[in-house]
Amino acid sequence: MEELVYIQHEVLPSLFQGLWISVLLIIPSASLGLVIGILMGAARVFAGRPVMMAANIYVALFRGIPLVVQLFIWYFGLPYFGIYFSPFLASVVAFSLCSGAYHSEYIRGALLSIKKGQMLAAEALGFGRLEMLRSIVLPQALRRALPGCGNELIYLIKYSSLAYMVTCIELTGKGKILASHSFKYTEIFLIVGAFYLVLVSLAGLLLRHMENRLSLPGFEFHRT
Amino acid sequence: MTEGFVAVINALPYMLKGSLVTIGVVFGAMGLGLSLGVPLAVGLVYGPGWLRKIIGFYVWFFRGVPLLVLLFLFYFGLFSWMGINFSAFSAGTIVLGLISAAYQSQIFRGAMLSLPEGQLKAARALGMSDVKAILFIILPQALRLSVPGWSNEYSIVLKDSAVTYALGVAEIMARTHFVASRTYQHLPLYIAAGMMYLLMTYIGVKGLRILEKNVRIPGYSY
Repeated sequence: MEELVYIQHEVLPSLFQGLWISVLLIIPSASLGLVIGILMGAARVFAGRPVMMAANIYVALFRGIPLVVQLFIWYFGLPYFGIYFSPFLASVVAFSLCSGAYHSEYIRGALLSIKKGQMLAAEALGFGRLEMLRSIVLPQALRRALPGCGNELIYLIKYSSLAYMVTCIELTGKGKILASHSFKYTEIFLIVGAFYLVLVSLAGLLLRHMENRLSLPGFEFHRT
Repeated sequence: MTEGFVAVINALPYMLKGSLVTIGVVFGAMGLGLSLGVPLAVGLVYGPGWLRKIIGFYVWFFRGVPLLVLLFLFYFGLFSWMGINFSAFSAGTIVLGLISAAYQSQIFRGAMLSLPEGQLKAARALGMSDVKAILFIILPQALRLSVPGWSNEYSIVLKDSAVTYALGVAEIMARTHFVASRTYQHLPLYIAAGMMYLLMTYIGVKGLRILEKNVRIPGYSY
């Protein structure tokens, strides 16, 4: 009984604060990551050789180095040049850049899956380059990329917990602080886990809904 | 610049020892994930409804909760609640293994489902029991098909192993952070750590590609 009161009055309000910070971390990181991903993905398919190479190196680095190391580079490493990021800003930067690298893989795959013939046909019909991108390539490519990018969003939600490692106190951090005060590790981390499960499941439902809304009869896209 | 370089050179033997710990964590986790993931996948594809539900819940839980939360939950919470006193290294390896099992079960499940259904029927027609058919017909093919997915999973587990630093496992990340906070050469040291991970990913993925070629059956296309 006492435990329930403690959880209701101490744990939950504090965790909801943490959840809010987690959401504040996830939303800008996800949006920025998607923008970076689309730019990089497009650069890796359409750009000239030097830009393409640079984009490929970016993706290889940011996918190959663990996110924790990246976080530490932004937070502990940059002061080397006299640049000081707050824990929150360092986390958003690290998440966006890492997430962007993964998004660019899905976008690139989707762009490559559009048959060359369609572009030739568009040219034959007198489409300009931008017009062709806007009304032929992107509507198909973004639909094809959606399942992959959705997965990446779910990964981002889970990896947002790593912000705790650079002392950005979000959901996991709040949980850790509460748990080390009360020694109720099992209970508190089960609740924290449930918070994340709800977030992840909500995101999954939303993405499924979007996929269904955007699906076109006769245009298949692969669920992952 | 030169100071950073010197710090990296000095710390390198110490960090390389950490890479052995990282390799231990990754191998332990991948092994546990494999030995749990295969039965989970078989249960998911061929098991009765209730078993599928249980495995489905396991997979949903371990794929939905962040690694860091699971590490804290098991290391500080569940393990001590059960009265087991694991070291940080074993706890980290076990938790990574349990998560990897959830992901690997999905890899194997996909591979099993991609095999033509007629094979199981043919095995039954030849008088094989279901267990035999799964062991000798389905699994040998499904495991071969899973190698590419497995190499993906390897690179994910390798990168996730850096998070076990939060429990105090003395792997690459923990050692780098330790040296960095003494020498104040954070940036060069972390970049060196990143390069070590890149190198390990590269070697592992190359090794698995060789494995994929070696286990390929000539004339059997997939």
